[in-house]
Amino acid sequence: MDVLITGLLLGGTYALIAMGLNLQYGMARIMNLANGEMLVAGGFAAFWFWTGGSISPLLTIFIVAPIAFVLNWSIYKVFLQPLVKRAKSRGQLEVDSILTTFGLSFVSVGVMLALFGGNYFNYSYLSVPVIIFGDTYGANRVVAFLAAVAICGSLWLWLSFSRAGLSIRAISVAPDSARLVGIDVRRLSALAFALGGAVTATGGALISTFLTLDASTGVVFTLKALVIVIMGGVGEVRGTIAAAVLLGLLETFVATVIDPGLTLAAAYLLFIVVLLFRPQGLFGRRGQ
Amino acid sequence: MISALSLHAVTKRFGGLVAVNRLEFDVVENQVMGLIGPNGSGKSTVLNLISGAFPLSAGTIRMHGNIISNLQSQDVARRGVGRTFQLVRLLSSMTVLENVKAGTVFGYKRRWGAEADTYAEAMLERVGLGGRGDMSVGQLTYIDTKRLELARVLAGDPKIILLDEWLAGLNPTELGQGINLIRSLRDDGKTIILVEHVMDAIRSLCDECVVMAAGMKIAQGKPEQVLSNSEVIRAYLGDDDA
Amino acid sequence: MRMTEAEWRDLVICLLCLGVAACFPWMVGAYWLSIGVSIAMFTVLSTSWAIFSGPTHFISLATAAFFGVGAYVVGIGIDYLPYYVLLPIAAVLGGLLAFLVGLATLRLSGVYFVIFTLGLAEFLRQMITWVQNISGTKGMYVLTSITEEHIYWQLLALAAGVWFSGWMIGRMRLGFALRIIGDDETVAKHVGINTSRAKVLLFMLPGSVAALAGAIIAPRYVYIEPSIAFTPMLSFQVVIMALLGGTGRLWGPLVGVIPFTLLWEVISISAPNQTTLLLGVSFLVIVYFLPKGFVGLVASIKRHSSIRGAQ
Repeated sequence: MDVLITGLLLGGTYALIAMGLNLQYGMARIMNLANGEMLVAGGFAAFWFWTGGSISPLLTIFIVAPIAFVLNWSIYKVFLQPLVKRAKSRGQLEVDSILTTFGLSFVSVGVMLALFGGNYFNYSYLSVPVIIFGDTYGANRVVAFLAAVAICGSLWLWLSFSRAGLSIRAISVAPDSARLVGIDVRRLSALAFALGGAVTATGGALISTFLTLDASTGVVFTLKALVIVIMGGVGEVRGTIAAAVLLGLLETFVATVIDPGLTLAAAYLLFIVVLLFRPQGLFGRRGQ
Repeated sequence: MISALSLHAVTKRFGGLVAVNRLEFDVVENQVMGLIGPNGSGKSTVLNLISGAFPLSAGTIRMHGNIISNLQSQDVARRGVGRTFQLVRLLSSMTVLENVKAGTVFGYKRRWGAEADTYAEAMLERVGLGGRGDMSVGQLTYIDTKRLELARVLAGDPKIILLDEWLAGLNPTELGQGINLIRSLRDDGKTIILVEHVMDAIRSLCDECVVMAAGMKIAQGKPEQVLSNSEVIRAYLGDDDA
Repeated sequence: MRMTEAEWRDLVICLLCLGVAACFPWMVGAYWLSIGVSIAMFTVLSTSWAIFSGPTHFISLATAAFFGVGAYVVGIGIDYLPYYVLLPIAAVLGGLLAFLVGLATLRLSGVYFVIFTLGLAEFLRQMITWVQNISGTKGMYVLTSITEEHIYWQLLALAAGVWFSGWMIGRMRLGFALRIIGDDETVAKHVGINTSRAKVLLFMLPGSVAALAGAIIAPRYVYIEPSIAFTPMLSFQVVIMALLGGTGRLWGPLVGVIPFTLLWEVISISAPNQTTLLLGVSFLVIVYFLPKGFVGLVASIKRHSSIRGAQ
């Protein structure tokens, strides 16, 4: 039972992180492999504000999110838009954006190593026990989960009902048709990318309250986010959330019952299984 | 007599949308069959189903009596079905000659080396691009890119040729040349299915026509018959070509 | 086998260069020999990578996984079988792994392939670590009489083999098929190419070669454990070197390997934390300034000078 709840808590936070990548890959059509580094940067910021100024990570989010938004917007404009313009096919754009975001991810890691050194960092925030259904959990996990749910929920509402949100979903499904109905695809892609980055950084700040991070752990999170987004169906919001919860449960199960060193292996196996039997993801549409 | 191509209850669904609905028709050997209808009626989808690009949701497609609807595109191609694309697809990193060679190297005759080169050059002559094998694809005019694609198709020794709006976007002179070229292919013994909007071409080339609207067949017969059919005119209402 | 005069000339130049390279160990000291080994190893890995990923545009990050498999074959097997028997076994296992990976992912889009291969090395590393934890072994010692020179010559021979294979494939239907697939996969399918089969078959080449390279290098490590055998950086380095040099020609990767290896060496010594930064900057340079690598640069210079000459 406690495996179930811990897994759920973890999955909820993963959902937030994967939502960031979903916005960037599913909607802005950029496979952002530097996603994990944005997460770590968010974590670093939370760490810095907490240890330096005793500012709660929940408040730091309000600083981190706008900064990450602006940063990702600039990255899109400077590095990625030229690629979108010059790509002759979607495949070419994917290859170019993979290489570029790899480059950006390594540069970020290098910069973070230079600024913060290679040490792990974690901090103690709200690590008081909370009792749910008779078992103890860290309050930090619960709070992170609740915050993630709140943010994911509002995102989902926004994407489903607001004009801008619907436009973003339109460009993910049919960019050419979207142009025909007057949607400014370029501006909205930049918006989706920037928003995705902000969401990921927020997730990073939240996850840093209960996980240990260091400059090089970004790639693991990128991989997990990728697995979640693909499993759920690229561009599908409900799918991402469902897949994230599934992964959280699976990882917790494997870590508790088999071996904590196998969490990535478990995620990877799940990925293989999905690729073999349902490559469009749980909620995805075939033939995309 | 076994038809060259035979579609029986062919249906294709994309999620909730039925793009092709229980389509049924036969194409006789060495016939030019026109497939016409307003935009969105499912004509190109039918070509994609025949060529194996999409799997069927229901029904069968037979070529000379044998089922081909369960085959992948490369196997359909090797059986002798060639097709052009609505947006011309050429191999941009290769020369004109190599583009044509691509059509013969992997077909059922599997030519290679000097034999492939000779045959490719012959195909270039056939479509009116003789001697231009060394040019790069980017140097061709619009109608020449269409000719090149056709040369590639012919290099595979197809028995059945699917032309997807091949005559679109041509000026009157080019149109005349294009129509003559297609007619000469029919004279060579090929069976041709033509998806077109250009009614002059339909009238002068086709032995028979199938008219589609909203995924279904609404008429079949000789061009003069179907083009004066009131149902057909109604389906086309608003289309300037009718 | 017909060959043009230009091809005979290229062949002679190649053989001469190989001959000179073979004499390398006798010309320099131990430090430069080890650099030579690195260059030879990366040349082997990058060229075999380029033979597949060049024409198909499918970016493989599985090099580290295959390499690790090869190293482990030697690590485990050296106590039971002679070294020279282990090499072909490593090659076969590498090819088999490539076959399985290819079968699972190559019919899907390039992005899934990249992600899958990205995680493969890490997946294998975690699995092997876990197996070792359960069985109680930690790492393994590879104690042989193989010297650095032997490793160098073996890698050189392997490089020659890779170049030969690449040249042969280029002249065969398979090479033509892959170029077509790289240009337009839909056209490829409609001219009769079984694209999945072609891709999977070709992918077995870098799989075998990388495993073989790992097996050859294993004696140099002396002690093998999962984190040494499966270094994730390796895959990225190989990609950069191949793209930097350019995948349009067989000699392209070599031209990328030499400067990059030397640069990496310099930075590793002076600022070890900044090798990651070097990787990142290189990726960006390639995408924005050298999309076709040095090969592309040379080709466009030739084009400009021939236009200039014609004027």
